[in-house]
Amino acid sequence: MQTKRMTFPGRWLPYALLAPQVIVTLIFFIWPSLQALYMSLLREDAFGLNTSFVGLANFRRLFADTYYLDSLSVTAVFAIGTTLLSMSAALLLATTVNRMLRSRNGYTTLLVWPYAIAPAIAGVLWWFIFNPSIGIVPYVLEMLGYRWNHRTSGTDAMALVIIAAAWKQIAYNFLFFLAGLQSIPQSLIEAAAIDGAGPVKRFWTIVFPLLTPTTFFLMVVNVVYAMFDTFGVIHATTQGGPAQATNILVYKVYADGFVGLNLGSSAAQSVILMAIVVALTVVQFRFIERRVNY
Amino acid sequence: MASIRIEGLEKTYPGGVKAVKGIDLEVADGEFVVLVGPSGCGKSTLLRMVAGLETISAGALHIGERRVNELEPAQRDIAMVFQNYALYPHMTVFDNLAYGLKNRGFKRDEIRRRVEAAATMLEIEAFLPRKPRQLSGGQRQRVAMGRALVREPAAFLFDEPLSNLDAKLRVQMRVEIKKLQRRLKTTSLYVTHDQLEAMTLADRLVVLNDGRIEQVGTPMEIYARPASLFVATFIGSPAMNLIPLDYLHTNGGGDTATALLHDLPEGTDIVGIRPDDLHMRAPSEPHLVVESTLELFEAAGAESHLYVCLAGSDQPTVIRTAGQPPVAEGETLRFYVTRDALHPFNRESGKRIGDHG
Amino acid sequence: MVEHRPLSQLAAHLILIAGVALVLFPVYIAIVASTQAPGEFLRGTLPLVPGGHALENYRAMWESGLSRAGAPPVGQMLFNSLVMALAITLGKLAISLLSAFAIVYFRFPFRLFFFWLIFVTLMLPVEVRIIPTFQVVADLGMLNSFAGLSIPLIASATATFLFRQFFMTVPEELLEAARVDGAGPLKFFKDILLPLSVTNIAALFVILFIYGWNQYLWPLLITTDSDYYTVVMGIQRMTTAADGDPQWHLVMAAVVMAALPPVLVILFMQRLFVKGLTETEK
Repeated sequence: MQTKRMTFPGRWLPYALLAPQVIVTLIFFIWPSLQALYMSLLREDAFGLNTSFVGLANFRRLFADTYYLDSLSVTAVFAIGTTLLSMSAALLLATTVNRMLRSRNGYTTLLVWPYAIAPAIAGVLWWFIFNPSIGIVPYVLEMLGYRWNHRTSGTDAMALVIIAAAWKQIAYNFLFFLAGLQSIPQSLIEAAAIDGAGPVKRFWTIVFPLLTPTTFFLMVVNVVYAMFDTFGVIHATTQGGPAQATNILVYKVYADGFVGLNLGSSAAQSVILMAIVVALTVVQFRFIERRVNY
Repeated sequence: MASIRIEGLEKTYPGGVKAVKGIDLEVADGEFVVLVGPSGCGKSTLLRMVAGLETISAGALHIGERRVNELEPAQRDIAMVFQNYALYPHMTVFDNLAYGLKNRGFKRDEIRRRVEAAATMLEIEAFLPRKPRQLSGGQRQRVAMGRALVREPAAFLFDEPLSNLDAKLRVQMRVEIKKLQRRLKTTSLYVTHDQLEAMTLADRLVVLNDGRIEQVGTPMEIYARPASLFVATFIGSPAMNLIPLDYLHTNGGGDTATALLHDLPEGTDIVGIRPDDLHMRAPSEPHLVVESTLELFEAAGAESHLYVCLAGSDQPTVIRTAGQPPVAEGETLRFYVTRDALHPFNRESGKRIGDHG
Repeated sequence: MVEHRPLSQLAAHLILIAGVALVLFPVYIAIVASTQAPGEFLRGTLPLVPGGHALENYRAMWESGLSRAGAPPVGQMLFNSLVMALAITLGKLAISLLSAFAIVYFRFPFRLFFFWLIFVTLMLPVEVRIIPTFQVVADLGMLNSFAGLSIPLIASATATFLFRQFFMTVPEELLEAARVDGAGPLKFFKDILLPLSVTNIAALFVILFIYGWNQYLWPLLITTDSDYYTVVMGIQRMTTAADGDPQWHLVMAAVVMAALPPVLVILFMQRLFVKGLTETEK
């Protein structure tokens, strides 16, 4: 990795400059992660009096546990649903805004601010709107003949948390799509128009392929978001229910460890989550390398 | 004021690449020395070693009486003008000039006095409250000069300071730098790849090639007696023509030519002739005659360049002549060269062969 | 776009207006709800126009909170959130600037090792190591304190990388000129590098402030004393009131107050926000 051509001399100064970051990292990141690794190999008895080394037993138990396997598939549905909904809405809005000249900045301002809303608050907002007894949406749905109740229907609950999580993320995707669109040279669009391609054809044959790097990047970011940053959405609304229908992995780690006090299992779940983050980070960085050459 | 003494200076980069391969040079107090050479010849590295921006791998460097090999740039009592000016973009022109003085603990009044004096000298008083981005290229160049001036250092180091300016400004600033240096008499070491800039500025010129000194001398000495084929082609524009001796023996114009060429020192096998020294009219003294075909005629106002191909060979040759001679492309032309215009070289060693007086 | 057909232009505006409406809808509902009288919700559906009780609802929440649900006054929680967000933001900026400076402007043994150490934090979000991190903070006696709320979150690989990228684009000659001018490392950092980084610092400030303000899981874990509740997590307490339905008119007043500061930051610093967002993710 590069430095400047000329650097400062200094024996202890660089270490002093790095010290705050490194100390915080070691105490609050590295050490707890190692602890999680260690704890994932132990089992505590019900009273927390005895711990014994059990090897990979916690992991084996997890993968035999239907609740955990359900949680995996729930997470997959949630992540894919959130990503698809949020990205397609954002792409539609970004391509439309990109056609505007004078009103572009106005619309952008109106569309980006939900980025500032915390996931937990987004959850509460939609929880309220979908409230089965006083919410406005169930009222409308009822007129259409659908009885909405996310307290009893797993499907309704999943739909609710997906909408809340996707709503908050539209702003982010919108900004990146807009930046991607603006980096496509206008001359390419004009050349395609001269070649006889109409607006729809131009979008699917020219614009969308050129947006591929942005799309791929956003897919990874959105999956990471849906898997790890949406704890608040779940915790503030469904709390994993009804009947585990929205019990995504990060929520389950918290619930099993912090509420259920099953430390070994929670630690093993942590380790699996870490492996997922590492994999996603690697994918993301591999992709960035390729983007440079695009 | 001080001299700069460079003894056996070498620079080896980690990885083993040698950029400077043993340089000995003394810059006298008040002298203006220009380092010139093609890119990659080590001239900038040498300058940066003098400045303290590169470590010295071997050799000794003295500024004045002090050995400064291990000193920080700031302790060497030098000032430097950078190629891209390196002005601090967030500071006003005044603060740019004052920064070095502040760091050295000068009193506020003294700083103000010096900055204003330098600004007056460079005619940039009006820009003192501005930021660098509000200035034109030429004005930034002056500020960069000013930053060196206020320090009143033992030596100025210039790293291609004019290469970012357009042609017209470059000539103008060149003249100003020369005038300024005459007035201040500060020892100066100046790096450029532009041979015209080098010729016009230097008291003494140092031609570098591949990390070594090719030749040191006044610009006119070097122009008149280039010590090697490299210097011969590098200094002077258009470049010196190099013609094999054999060709001149057979095509140089008979007995006069044979006698004249016989006079060249032992070992000569290639002969350099400046484009100015190929004349279109026969001189009275003994001379060579060469025949050629005009391939391209270039009128450049006061002078013209004739690109010809020597008869019976594919040797391209350039002639520079005053005015605009009445010639047409494709025409056969005859040129005359006297003995003192011939520069004898040996192809193998690449060196000039010691010639008579 | 190439064609300028009025009809398609109209359609585009309609799409955007629908999008904006959808984006604004939940917040509009929240504002409407926060202006209603308590009894309004018992009558079935929610009204769609604001009521006249805004002032009393907001004042009640600001001053006394929802004691029945164990939530302290919103004014106090907002203050806690502000302290936490600022501490996280300033802490991240400070230690990232220093680390990036060390990594770019010095050569020293184990430089690469430290770089990777910082990099690895990207892969360890707090959500995946909840319990052991909680234990560390508990062992250090940092539960229920502002130090505990902020310090464990101030390591930042993203900010360090951003500053590293930026420092790499600062011309070499500025450093050289500064050294010829007699500036040592700390002087160079203070006089040259920091002033040049102002725009980047400001852009990152916006992003990090929002990140800090919106922290949820962490304050939930380490605060049991309601004096240290932050507003984002406090709202969750209000919605899970023990007896019956939450008092939505009051909860929504709190929601509006909790969302307002970060939204204002984005609206007033939109240019810096966009810059910060798009550049930190590269």
